[in-house]
Amino acid sequence: MNATSFRLQDHLNRRIFMGRSTAALSSIALSSLMKSESQAAPAVRAFPNFAPKAKRVIYLFQSGAPSQMDLFDPKPQMEKYRGQDLPASIRQGQRLTTMTSGQKSFPVAPSMFKFNRHGKSGTVLSELMPHIGTVADELCVVRSMFTEAINHDPAITFCQTGSQLAGRPSIGSWLGYGLGSMNHDLPAYVVLTSFGTGRTNDQPLYDRLWSSGFLPTQHQGVKFRNAGDPVLYLSNPEGLNRGLRRQMLDELSALNEADHAQGGDPETLTRIAQYEMAFRMQTSVPDLVDTSKESKEVLEMYGPDVHKPGTYAANCLLARRLAERDVRCIQLFHMGWDHHGGLPNAIRGQCSDTDQATAALIKDLKQRGLLDDTLIVWGGEFGRTIYSQGTLTETNYGRDHHPRCFSLFLAGAGVNKGTTYGETDDYCYNIVRDGVHVHDLNATIMHLMGVDHERLTYRFQGRDYRLTDIHGNVVKGLLA
Amino acid sequence: MIFRPQFLFSLILVSAFSAGAAERVQFNRDVRPILSDKCFHCHGPDDKKREAGLRLDVRAEALKKGESGSIAIVPGKPELSAVVERITTTAADDIMPPPKMHKAVTTAEIDLLRRWIAEGAEYQGHWAFEPVRSPKVPQVAGAATPVDAFIRARLAKDGLAPSPEADKATQIRRVTLDLVGLPPTPEEVRAFVADSSPKAYEALVDRLLASQQYGEHMARQWLDFARFADSNGFQTDSSRSMWPWRDWVIRAFNDNLPYDQFTVQQVAGDLLPNATQDQIVATGFNRNHRINGEGGIIAEEWRIENIIDRVETTSFTWLGLTLNCCRCHDHKYDPFSQKDFYSFFAFFNNVEESGTIQGASNRSGGNSVPFMKVTTAEQKTKLDALQAAASEAGRAMRAAEKELPKLVAAWEPTVAGSKLVAKSAWQRLDPENIESKFGATLTRQADGSYLASGTNPAKDVYVFDAAMPADGASAFLLECFPDPSLPNQSLGRNSNGNFVLTDFDVFVQKAGGKPVKQTVAKAIADYSQKGYEIGAVLDKKSGRGWAIDGPTKRDPRRAMFVLEKPLPPQAGAKLLLRLRHEAIANHNIGRFRLSSAAADAVDVKLDGDTSLTEIKLIVATPFAKRSPAQVKSLHAFFRANVDSPLRAADRALAAATSAVMKYEDTLPTTMVMKEAATPRDAFILTRGEYDKPAAKVTMATPAVLPPMPKGAPLNRLGLAQWLVAPENPLTARVWVNRAWERFFGNGLCKTTENLGSQAEYPVHPELLDWLAAEFMRSGWDMKAMMKLMVMSQTYRQSSAVTPAMVAADPENRFLARGPRFRLTGEVVRDQALAIGGLLVPKIGGPSVRPYMPEGVWDETSKYGDLRGYKADAGEGLYRRTLYTIWKRTAAPPTMMLFDAPTREICTVKRSRTNTPLQALALLNEVTFVEAARGLAQLMIQKGGATPEERLRYGYLRATAQELESPAMAVLLKGLKERLAWYQAHSEDAAKLVSQGQSKPAEGIAVPELAAYCTTASVLMNLDRVVTRQ
Repeated sequence: MNATSFRLQDHLNRRIFMGRSTAALSSIALSSLMKSESQAAPAVRAFPNFAPKAKRVIYLFQSGAPSQMDLFDPKPQMEKYRGQDLPASIRQGQRLTTMTSGQKSFPVAPSMFKFNRHGKSGTVLSELMPHIGTVADELCVVRSMFTEAINHDPAITFCQTGSQLAGRPSIGSWLGYGLGSMNHDLPAYVVLTSFGTGRTNDQPLYDRLWSSGFLPTQHQGVKFRNAGDPVLYLSNPEGLNRGLRRQMLDELSALNEADHAQGGDPETLTRIAQYEMAFRMQTSVPDLVDTSKESKEVLEMYGPDVHKPGTYAANCLLARRLAERDVRCIQLFHMGWDHHGGLPNAIRGQCSDTDQATAALIKDLKQRGLLDDTLIVWGGEFGRTIYSQGTLTETNYGRDHHPRCFSLFLAGAGVNKGTTYGETDDYCYNIVRDGVHVHDLNATIMHLMGVDHERLTYRFQGRDYRLTDIHGNVVKGLLA
Repeated sequence: MIFRPQFLFSLILVSAFSAGAAERVQFNRDVRPILSDKCFHCHGPDDKKREAGLRLDVRAEALKKGESGSIAIVPGKPELSAVVERITTTAADDIMPPPKMHKAVTTAEIDLLRRWIAEGAEYQGHWAFEPVRSPKVPQVAGAATPVDAFIRARLAKDGLAPSPEADKATQIRRVTLDLVGLPPTPEEVRAFVADSSPKAYEALVDRLLASQQYGEHMARQWLDFARFADSNGFQTDSSRSMWPWRDWVIRAFNDNLPYDQFTVQQVAGDLLPNATQDQIVATGFNRNHRINGEGGIIAEEWRIENIIDRVETTSFTWLGLTLNCCRCHDHKYDPFSQKDFYSFFAFFNNVEESGTIQGASNRSGGNSVPFMKVTTAEQKTKLDALQAAASEAGRAMRAAEKELPKLVAAWEPTVAGSKLVAKSAWQRLDPENIESKFGATLTRQADGSYLASGTNPAKDVYVFDAAMPADGASAFLLECFPDPSLPNQSLGRNSNGNFVLTDFDVFVQKAGGKPVKQTVAKAIADYSQKGYEIGAVLDKKSGRGWAIDGPTKRDPRRAMFVLEKPLPPQAGAKLLLRLRHEAIANHNIGRFRLSSAAADAVDVKLDGDTSLTEIKLIVATPFAKRSPAQVKSLHAFFRANVDSPLRAADRALAAATSAVMKYEDTLPTTMVMKEAATPRDAFILTRGEYDKPAAKVTMATPAVLPPMPKGAPLNRLGLAQWLVAPENPLTARVWVNRAWERFFGNGLCKTTENLGSQAEYPVHPELLDWLAAEFMRSGWDMKAMMKLMVMSQTYRQSSAVTPAMVAADPENRFLARGPRFRLTGEVVRDQALAIGGLLVPKIGGPSVRPYMPEGVWDETSKYGDLRGYKADAGEGLYRRTLYTIWKRTAAPPTMMLFDAPTREICTVKRSRTNTPLQALALLNEVTFVEAARGLAQLMIQKGGATPEERLRYGYLRATAQELESPAMAVLLKGLKERLAWYQAHSEDAAKLVSQGQSKPAEGIAVPELAAYCTTASVLMNLDRVVTRQ
């Protein structure tokens, strides 16, 4: 045996006898998927830029665009104008989708839902959201959101990536890239999806919404699956148990380390660490999704759907569990809010999916002390028109897409609680005060996470890109 | 290895490639990167954003006295130069760049700028825009090829030495993976290692370049550039068929089509004289972009986006330029204006397209116009034969037609009592009231049809009230006609000429009674669009209706609606017919006519004649008094309804024509470029917005680059010729730089995606230029260039590193060692299939469906035809990954984990990550588990009798290396332990070996196979296996 082989043998022996203590290795070559905070964003400036209010964000995306005048922005005065044409002075020649641009008339459709004041703050919410009403004092409702796109695909892509076109990183990827992960067993950015019951065949979602764009791909959101393994390929194949897997990984590490001893590529050590991380995930993820030890009270709080995997309620509970485990960015996407026709029924379905569980999530985080450093965002990609798409009757109407104003709410860390921000005109068509552009919202979310949105940039094709393009202002009025 | 301190110093302070302390500062290498990044944003090419009138990218401007009276740059006098003052001042208001830009200039950069000004502040044109000249090859002892001479000259300058040649097994694995994307077989490895001939390596390279797998492997990357996919990419993300284009790319690489022709055919093959099918198929490159078919979109907005996508993709792919930055404003860094951008845009602006899905459906998929049918040689022969038969039938029909007047004359006396005629006839319905419910205008035409005009409501309902016909009604005939006034001169009112009829409601209202709805039992049409069959009109739940491919087919259409119970004659009763269009906005019928029949349901025929009333009248008219039109009608009626030799000839012709059409329907189509007869006007779009046209522009290439070649036409073909003109400074540089990246991990200029002003200054600028010149000199010979690179000593050296080497040159830019990096996702999977003996090497054809996780297309979508993913049975599971069906919004998950782009936009560079999710895929995804079992079987069947022999064979298959004893001991121990375990747990063994669709080999004890399976998996997960080193 020559000298090299001796060294190799020695190395292998040590590996074998070290047994399972490969954790030691991972501290040398930490994973890049779940970079620890100290390792975030190589060669980027130090983040956070300032003390963050929120350590993590739970973004409850309501895909399809919920109707603002039926949920958050009451316009009782519209009753007088029921069925009358939307005045030209309000429409101001703004473009419409071709789904309604050919309509002969644009009859005003007042909301058929009642609004009530809630909490000490007196926050006004639709009767469709009784549970959210019970946490009204935690909310900052924004009635003056606006965006640029008028169709779903570009609009939701815009909210998520700051561009209507494909190719840019999503907000969660930016945060993961800039801030890194706070744990060693789970991804920094997790996505959970659910279909709505209000409109079951609704707008789809796209991988690009949680894509890392031009950022290194380890920053892409990991979409948990609602059936089978929550994380792709998590389970060992049938007939291969954890003990055997451990033994195989020990062999693999031994051989890889021997190769490293000869070849010297640091990437080999990283690979060894990644396999160890994968092994840990095989227990950390099942542990995460196992809600069997949740108390009856907690489960009841989220409502009966919590027992059905893949529902919004079940995902809200998972969101809390992810937050407890310090996952940086947790995003739920609930589909089914695109109500061109039959809005009253459809929106009832959507609210019954989301109202109780959303409120429960806020309460649950609060009772665990997590609401203080968790930011919650609830909202969709644009608003809907005051005029009816299709026929308007006493009990039925539909609403087309409307980018000029819409509503959403924030809660949790650093948020100006118990307030309502911004104002729209009588027709809920134009913003009259304190408009908040999508870029402004994203800048504000980043600000609460301790990131100056102008400084978190990535050089791609010669240009320093950022989530907010060249726009966006932190909205002070939304901050505590 | 020796490092000169000076080298280390410069590495730490600025970058590896900047001027050392003693060396003269070079503008392009040292200064431009600083000015471009820190200054040009406000003092560069974009004159709309220029601050203080100061421009630093042009020397004459930078030397002028500025608005403030000071001079930015005074050659030789840094202390008098305002630039130096402003970047060094401590005054917060004056410091440049302004702190809000977050682009502070470092001390080292200040030093460089000072020295540069002191040395005379000489400018150079941006290196990538300068003409390509072939530099002299340095004389370096021991350098085998010009490539090595350049590399070694630079290494020597920095006191570095090259590494020794890699062992032969490493070489064959490296070059095989690099050129064909598959691992060498054990036989190939052993033969090569044993071959001591000096030509052995070259023979290997030649064999690989000649293999058909080469084209597949090269095509794989081109698919990223071309954003190739099998789906339309927006919202419903339904299917399309572009695989004939992919086949073209594979063939082009295998045929070694010179890169200039490769370029011209893809950019403008359709405009070549007498363009062949292949040359037109090639233009699919610029149709691979996404197409938005979402309801409610404004088509023009998305037509503009598609064209901008073509500009971006073309400029990234061929020019390495970010022209997309000029969509909204002049470029911030490069000398391109917004006008340049839209002039380039104008080349792609003239395709016959609308911006939304046309000729296909947003939900059920298909190709959007323009597209073409594609035939193989064999199919072409068959099609030609069918077409010849149709021509022959046409001749026979015309001969028979000559007898028509005689035949009609003989038949006329029998007309009056003809039962056939009465039964099959439709009587036109004339409405007492007809209107559009939502305000369209319906105008009666001479033939009794009604033409819609005026407003086109989102979802119109046509009201048609008529008196009950004298003999009652059993069925209704809806005839739809094309009309020149309709969009696309087609049948429907939507912008693409389509309609979707969702309901045909029939009510009967007795005099003074209420309308009673009748049940339509049956609906038949002479044509239905795929996914919009006529039956949908009767199915309320379908949410769909009847459509007729209005965008592409402009023939009159008929649909017949048969009532469940015939309506008896009834005086004073009214028929109330309602035609609803409620599926898709604006898809209303354009021109239609309604008739009824009273015959028994079994006797009504869709093709029954509609002109019986008229015919009876004509026959009653004396021959001499009949008008030519009447004679024509009579003849037409006879031909359609009466048996005769002519009718037989007509039927034969119809059958032959239909055979041609049916066969054509089986042929694949692929989208292509096709110029409209009249070019569209192009405009600068303010802020890049489709509805804000400003000044008109004409087709032109960017002003700062050399002009189009003399004699080049001013169209896409001319643009293509310009791309590959010898004067074009970018195309050859971009290609060789990316070829270098393929083999060496990094480009010579690392920013292979951008060679503009913000590009990295190349680590070996002379070599880059030499290669570019050589590429053009070779006649754009891609295989020759690849050979040149892989034959170099630089390529063939060992990739082993020491910590000191890593510290000195972490990214291996100087190539003092061989390159080592992880394989792409596609190669990782293809290699596993090959190692496991599962790979099906079939080349080309439609996309296939390998294993994907259950519900991969359904978790986030309930729309479109790409749902309910089912893996293929058989060979589709084991084809190379470039054939895997690619749905852009839910792309193949394993490929996503391995850094593949979604293919929504042009991607010229992938990241190369290393994550636990990749580990999980390689350990647990069924493809890899099944491949491990394949390898286990081969180890047992082919490896030999002992575990040692089998392990050695398995290791050789997986790594191309011989297994050495320490590792052997580790593997042997694990194998034995797991064998014992599986012998005690045979149920688990059976489960493990039954993963995947292929059956485990017979004659191997299941516990033994399971144990080998686990060890094979260990081998296939080795770092050195997923890496090419």
